[in-house]
Amino acid sequence: MKKINKNSLNGFINYGIVIAAFVILQAAIGMGRLSNSLQSLLVPACCYIVMAVSLNLTVGILGELSLGHAGFMSLGAFSGIVASILLQDLVPMAPLRLALSMVVGAAAGALGGVIVGVPVLRLQGDYLAIVTLAFGQIIKNIIMVLYVGVDENGFHMAASSDHFNLSADGTAIIKGPMGAVGVTKLASFTAGFILILITLVVVQNLVNSRSGRAIMALRDNRIAAESVGINVTKYKLMAFVTSAALAGAAGTLFGLNYSSTVASKFDFNTSILVLVFVVLGGLGSIRGSIIAAALLYVLPELLRSFDIAEYRMLIYAIVLILVMLATNNEQFTALMGRVGGWFKAAGKRIAGWLKSLGRTESKGKGGTTNG
Amino acid sequence: MSFLNNVITGVSLGSIYAIIALGYTMVYGIAKMLNFAHGDVIMVGAYVCFFAMNSAGLPPVVGVLLAIVVCTALGVVIERLAYKPLRAAPSLAVLITAIGVSYLLQNGAQILWGAATKTFTPIVSTDPDARLVLIPGQLSISYVAILSIVCCVVVMAALTLFTGQTKMGKAMRACSEDKGAAQLMGINVNSTISMTFAIGSALAAVAGVLMCSAYPILSPTTGSLPGIRAFTAAVFGGIGSIPGALLGGVLLGVIETFAKAYISTDLSDAVVFAVLIIVLLVRPAGLMGKYVPEKV
Repeated sequence: MKKINKNSLNGFINYGIVIAAFVILQAAIGMGRLSNSLQSLLVPACCYIVMAVSLNLTVGILGELSLGHAGFMSLGAFSGIVASILLQDLVPMAPLRLALSMVVGAAAGALGGVIVGVPVLRLQGDYLAIVTLAFGQIIKNIIMVLYVGVDENGFHMAASSDHFNLSADGTAIIKGPMGAVGVTKLASFTAGFILILITLVVVQNLVNSRSGRAIMALRDNRIAAESVGINVTKYKLMAFVTSAALAGAAGTLFGLNYSSTVASKFDFNTSILVLVFVVLGGLGSIRGSIIAAALLYVLPELLRSFDIAEYRMLIYAIVLILVMLATNNEQFTALMGRVGGWFKAAGKRIAGWLKSLGRTESKGKGGTTNG
Repeated sequence: MSFLNNVITGVSLGSIYAIIALGYTMVYGIAKMLNFAHGDVIMVGAYVCFFAMNSAGLPPVVGVLLAIVVCTALGVVIERLAYKPLRAAPSLAVLITAIGVSYLLQNGAQILWGAATKTFTPIVSTDPDARLVLIPGQLSISYVAILSIVCCVVVMAALTLFTGQTKMGKAMRACSEDKGAAQLMGINVNSTISMTFAIGSALAAVAGVLMCSAYPILSPTTGSLPGIRAFTAAVFGGIGSIPGALLGGVLLGVIETFAKAYISTDLSDAVVFAVLIIVLLVRPAGLMGKYVPEKV
């Protein structure tokens, strides 16, 4: 039998976790155990998981800080919404229309990634962070003044309401500061689940490929990687654009989950929120991103229903600071390591005990076992 | 004349940005961290001044001084509790902690003082009549604008003197060059960093009062957008450089005002950030930043 290496085993565990969570949640919905407010969180949670995994590709695997990931989400959301409305008559089947819209959203995200990435990846460290931040603000600002609509004369697009000459029976899709309105909600939990799986396939296969190793080599030591012939721009761009495309697809799903979406939804704070998921989940850990995004997105919403609703963001902030302080504290990490060691030792003891049980049984059959 | 008026508005707005950007740039220069909570210290300063003037009935000067004292203490406490334990941690951990502190200040302010916006009482008269008229009917400067520009010039001169002449200022420059070597020379790095945060936060209080005097709307999120813009200004001028913060701040204020006046009010942010990107592509370390080539 071919030996399964550790990386692909890790990948399979991630698929397993996502599929198990999907089955359990679907069962819970089927049995009516999930309240409506929780059900409404499922699709956005899927979007944020995809966002976190894709941002992890930029921040954790490529090692470049991006503060404008929500900009790509925004591009994906609005282009996806426009695509879904334009395709309304052509493609009557809703799931197919959703899929096509997501492809358009991903393409828009990827295009944005190329436009930002080509010039920007020359910069390093904090300067890259500020440019991605600036990019996120520009996208938000431009969509806030954009008017897009369709009527019998075709497709209309304008940068202000004065130049927006849509005929009376045309449909306005994006109305400047009001955002996209009258969107048919196509998103479903199943679609979100499939998008997460696709994201995992793309990211995990990229990370475990030759290209992925080149990307990680760039992260660990750019100069050394360059000196062995790794093309810096090519691999940086590959990771950055993949990440942007996935964020675009997540944005489309997010946009098609609500009947109206405004551009200010995808602002600096959203980028930061996703970055927090990535850092708390662990840089470079795909599983960490999935779990952190799911928990941290749902948790503040759950706190809403308690008496402490007023304090929930305050608690969130304090927890965030304490977690960062604790995980970077030597004594604390040493303590955690020791606790982990106990669990491991206990696990070994149990395993040894089980094995000795097996040995006593097999002794009767005259079999040999080696410890 | 509208052109000159725009220049004046831009420079006064830019002066406020420059004062905020100084806080970013000094902290970055010395602690190599992006202090995202800086914008929220501005908001706290503005609130303290607001309550000192409106609830306690104190004169504006006392209000401003009180704001400076509170913000200085706040800055030092934040540094001591949240950032100091992370001196050796990766920069991303510090960044996330700074964001946590920013959330904490915003939400703390919301719980303490309510989410509703308050109308700030300007510390100098902002009546349309109370202006310094240069050319009657055409060119005039509001007193707030004059105060902002004067404050900025005074702060800049004081800081240049401070970092250039005093022992503490030299210690700061030494720490920003090489912390380890500075420590070997007998400089107390921890107290120097605390001092940097104290100065930055005191400046944030001044900027908060000036900003709310010019644009009198006060809410728990007042500080976040000017914070981002001032951070942009600091990067624009070359983060870590004090004259760069002045240049970046003033340029940013002028560009923003011009974009509002001649292009579109809604697109002013996009124009500002587009200019930033172009500048960074031509000069990757900002206008006055030092470009340090990488050694192999």
